Amino acid sequence: MDMKTSSGKKLGLKEKYRHMTRGLDWETTYQKREDVFPYVAYEGIKIHDWDKWEDPFRLTMDSYWKYQAEKERKLYAIIDAYAQNNGHLNVTDARYLNAIKLFLTGISPLEYMAHRGFTHAGRAFPGSGPRVACLMQALDELRHAQTQIHSLSNYNKYYNGFHDPAHMLQRVWYLSVPRSFFDDAVTAGPFEFMVAIGFSFEYVLTNLLFVPFVSGAAYNGDMGTMTFGFSAQSDEARHMTLGLEIIKFILEQDPDNVPIVQRWIDKWTWRGYRVLTLVGMMMDYMLPKRIMSWKEAWEVYFEQNGGALFKDLSRYGIRPPKWLDQISFDKDHISHQAWATFYQYGAIADFHTWSPTEDELDWLSSKYPDSFDKYYRPRLDYWREQAEQGNRFYNKTLPQLCQTCQIPMVFTEPGDPTKICYREVDYQGEKFHFCSDGCKEIFENEPEKFKQSWLPANQIYQGNCFPDGTDPTVEGFDPVSKVLEYYNIQAGRDNLDFDGSEDQKNFAKWRGMATSNE
Amino acid sequence: MSTVFIALQANEDTRPIIEAIVADNPHAVVNQQPAMVKIDAEDSLVVRRETIEELLGREFDLQELQINLISLSGHLDETDDEMKLYWNA
Ligand SMILES: [Fe+2]
Ligand SMILES: [Fe+2]
Repeated sequence: MDMKTSSGKKLGLKEKYRHMTRGLDWETTYQKREDVFPYVAYEGIKIHDWDKWEDPFRLTMDSYWKYQAEKERKLYAIIDAYAQNNGHLNVTDARYLNAIKLFLTGISPLEYMAHRGFTHAGRAFPGSGPRVACLMQALDELRHAQTQIHSLSNYNKYYNGFHDPAHMLQRVWYLSVPRSFFDDAVTAGPFEFMVAIGFSFEYVLTNLLFVPFVSGAAYNGDMGTMTFGFSAQSDEARHMTLGLEIIKFILEQDPDNVPIVQRWIDKWTWRGYRVLTLVGMMMDYMLPKRIMSWKEAWEVYFEQNGGALFKDLSRYGIRPPKWLDQISFDKDHISHQAWATFYQYGAIADFHTWSPTEDELDWLSSKYPDSFDKYYRPRLDYWREQAEQGNRFYNKTLPQLCQTCQIPMVFTEPGDPTKICYREVDYQGEKFHFCSDGCKEIFENEPEKFKQSWLPANQIYQGNCFPDGTDPTVEGFDPVSKVLEYYNIQAGRDNLDFDGSEDQKNFAKWRGMATSNE
Repeated sequence: MSTVFIALQANEDTRPIIEAIVADNPHAVVNQQPAMVKIDAEDSLVVRRETIEELLGREFDLQELQINLISLSGHLDETDDEMKLYWNA
């Protein structure tokens, strides 16, 4: 694709990078420098020489456009072919589409937030090297949001639950988990944002989201998702590299930066880990053809990789993130605890849940020999029995939420999976509740920020999640149906069990039409 | 000992690249996964332009890797001639 005729002398990569990322900035004259870069000092990070920052890929804007254009052409060729060929009927099983709904509503809008965050960080940094890198990443993230929405709009023509992701992100209870995670990052200072998203999320955790997810899409016959996934991933390697580079740069600039960065690494590894609970559930329960268990992915991409990373960073005085013992114990549990939660609350979700089949349960038993049969399988068996007798269980009582991660308080005590973990803090005469020591400590470090959390369950009980003009005092008032209306979730179509759903019936009918002459 | 890795999409563009990586890194381990290839190596891994060009029979710019790259780990250093992944510890 890149045939060159060798005529004349070309600049080497290093020189080209130098020319195109240095000397682009200027000293301020008629405004004070602090007024032009107002956010660069208040976090306490000290930078002495911005030119020490270097992108190891040495990518410059001209090459950036060239390769991104190539990626877009590849992507749209496949999206068109996929749509023209009724590719949606090739997915293994229509249950799979529910993982994609969760992705569209929970992840794609975050790509857009990442775009905003990187434009903001890029603007805040006085050094032109990191500004260029932030600009590229900001453009990538905008591209990710657009290509995901575009690719998945094809599913919206045929299936329920794909119709209103941006609206739902602002309102729906479980979507407040990823939303508040990103809101926390973009409202932090530019250095914290880079450690939060650039390092902790992109470098330490993003493989857990994208690699199994996209490989899973491929395995489940979903070429549309696989394609935007790969296209986004090809940017991820650059993002990860930027994340690692920014950490090294900050740490090398001044020893006073080390404790500040350490606290951010602790906070954001824990925050990111909590958000990834959704991915764990998706891998273990929502892909009809499994690629690897959540636990296996965690061991490869977090324990092995992260282990090497933190060993390397120890020379700066950085230690591995806090609460790793608990994280390591919990890898046998969190995906099961999350699925049980969504199964129970399937009446107020934008996707379907179901009872796993017998061979899926056996797969889970074999992947989780120390926990599944003992703690989780009996409950699923019981629920399935009940569903078969017409008593599909829906929990109607809203759960208490963690003030920090906003996940329902369903996680268990470190070391004891039979006991729900509760922590609380008294602050300014109010009680705040937490799912874990990690979330509690994060609150204690920044109570003024986290006391403002918009907790969906609390907001519903306060009457703030009904459509305008709702009168909750009328005879026979049904709060759940009003909340669904406020969420723009269509009762009976988007929610409830997969078994008996419109998606299930349509998929079976259309697949039948595609494979026979009926 | 720490492991570095590089993951690439499995397609016609990457077949010679993967072959070149295997040739230049005898200690590397190749894992085929659905639609992707993950190559693990102890401590360090190098991708050399010349080896790829020989297999490809044309000139190759290492930045073309951007198109098919999925993920990597380790510190990175890229020049015109090679891309290197490594850990210091
Ligand atoms: Fe992204
Ligand atoms: Fe929490």
